[in-house]
Amino acid sequence: MQALSDVDFEVRNGEVMALVGDNGAGKSTLIKCVSGIYSIDSGEVLFEDNPVSIHGPKDASRLGIEVVYQDLALCDNLDVVQNMYLGRELHDVLQRLQEPEMEQKTAETLTSLSVTTIRSTRSLVASLSGGQRQSVAVARAVMWNSRVVLLDEPTAALGVAQTRQVLDLVKRLAEQGLAVVLISHNLHDIFEVATRITVLRLGRSIGVFEREKTTQREIVEAITAGVPTQVAGIAESEPAGA
Amino acid sequence: MTASEPETAKVEPESAPPREGLAALVGGYFERLRGGEVGILPVLFGLVLITLYFWSKNSNYVTAVNFNNIVVQMAGVSIIAMGIVFVLLLGEIDLSIGYVSGIGGVTVALLQQPGKSYQVAGLIAILLAVSVGAAIGAFQGSFVALIGVPSFVVTLAGLLAWQGVVQKAIGDQGVITIQSNTVNNVSNYSLPANWGWGLAAAAAVGYALTALFNVFSRRRHHVTARHPVLVILEVVAIAALCFIVVRISNRAGGVPFAGVLVVALLIFWTYIAKRTTFGRHVYAVGGNAEAARRTGINVKRIRIVVFMICSAMAALGGVVFAARLTSVDLNAGGGTILLDAISAAVIGGTSLFGGRGNVRDAVVGALLISAIANGIDLVGYSSATRFIVTGMILLAAVTLDTVLRRRQAAVGR
Repeated sequence: MQALSDVDFEVRNGEVMALVGDNGAGKSTLIKCVSGIYSIDSGEVLFEDNPVSIHGPKDASRLGIEVVYQDLALCDNLDVVQNMYLGRELHDVLQRLQEPEMEQKTAETLTSLSVTTIRSTRSLVASLSGGQRQSVAVARAVMWNSRVVLLDEPTAALGVAQTRQVLDLVKRLAEQGLAVVLISHNLHDIFEVATRITVLRLGRSIGVFEREKTTQREIVEAITAGVPTQVAGIAESEPAGA
Repeated sequence: MTASEPETAKVEPESAPPREGLAALVGGYFERLRGGEVGILPVLFGLVLITLYFWSKNSNYVTAVNFNNIVVQMAGVSIIAMGIVFVLLLGEIDLSIGYVSGIGGVTVALLQQPGKSYQVAGLIAILLAVSVGAAIGAFQGSFVALIGVPSFVVTLAGLLAWQGVVQKAIGDQGVITIQSNTVNNVSNYSLPANWGWGLAAAAAVGYALTALFNVFSRRRHHVTARHPVLVILEVVAIAALCFIVVRISNRAGGVPFAGVLVVALLIFWTYIAKRTTFGRHVYAVGGNAEAARRTGINVKRIRIVVFMICSAMAALGGVVFAARLTSVDLNAGGGTILLDAISAAVIGGTSLFGGRGNVRDAVVGALLISAIANGIDLVGYSSATRFIVTGMILLAAVTLDTVLRRRQAAVGR
């Protein structure tokens, strides 16, 4: 089955690229292609202008592409440090865990992202609030010198204050020079943090919009009805239907 | 037992005081108790009650000789229960451990028969028995991990099949006597008094050095170390415990080797579970297997290795049982071994739903069960009473765990 065709998607360092579309538009599929969970049948992936092949999650990690899944993929029975290093624990030749190093680096990462609401890095993740859990998942993604971070619906299950925390965090990631891809259904959130917006509809890309030069209404129409592909950055002043 | 619980470090500005005062420390401890983090306190409380009860019924219960008896009695179940803790951590179950322990005992006994071409030295026989256990674990674990058959069914099949294998292997003889002293000494040898003292000293010094190293290592990385008073108290308590145990055992012929074996395995497996990447991955797979898989952990490999550990430990436990009787018969691995081992782990505090538990749970749970069994024999109650009491305690332990868990959830831990 063909899920995506003729999709062009790019994200630059230091920007938040929002990826929007109705259910079944192919957002998650696109993310899974980039992160190596699905393989692509045709087309190419360019990373820093060089073609790369991504055949599995490990290939993506090696390039510095990290995904924060909608379900966060955290282990409730482990603490913050243990989750941050899950699968990539620091250890010596005897496979001994180097806890103090991991704890120090975790604290540094959280501090650098201004995540201050987590009282102890040794709290079990089960005891954290939704926003804190999201912060841990995002911090885990950026700790590995990542270049591109893909966030799948990071605010979907959060309340107002916690959404605020996470959106601030997303902005800070871009300010630190990372390329951030944000999938969301919430246009309000997107207009708050995104630099550019890519709209997908039924597996095709409808267009790339600059946040500064578009409106929520235009995006909604692109999502639901679809409008001709526009070239990013060229303001056609009166996009169709606006 | 070893410093297994990760110490707390706080993400706080540098200006925050690096340590809390003693009062805050004590206050924090009671707060955790109220929040439902009681650790092994209920089991210790139960042990005290049991001891007082049986002591009042029969003064022979609290004697050095009986202490050594309980240590030897609990050894087999403790060892099997340590293995099952790993399986329970994954959220799986292994019902075959009883008869796999029987296979362990039978293997050792067969390899000891004089005059047979396959007779080997005692130590090699024990190693082979453990290897047979590991192979059984790899076989059963593969069905669970690679094909996806529920572990309950795979090991239920194992329970039936290995029972048959035990009976076939023993055959018409009905009983095989173990000739090797090496094997029989596993459960019947007691260390000379000075060896006991030496081991206690080594354990105390080793624990102190580990604690000291941890504190310095944490200081070096500027993460909050535990309060020095707490560390010192812990080291002193462990040292005192070692010396008290050796003193009691030495009054009745010395520390039983089986007890030393249990402590050594306890330290080893606690280390594996808490201090190595493998152990960390076992907890992760038990907590959220899908999350573990996405981070690149080889979930299938972890599952198979855990079933191997469990069956290998069951076989070793079977060797201990066989050595205690200096023989194996058609009942090897039967009786209450399976349920005692699982009960021990659960009474100690290991969750049946995966992700939560410690290797030490197996040992404290086994101690509790053996203390009851021993007392009931000594006082002269029937084994029916023993089953009823053990059943009630198992129910009480799981109920307490459920209530405490709800409490922990309520206070947000």
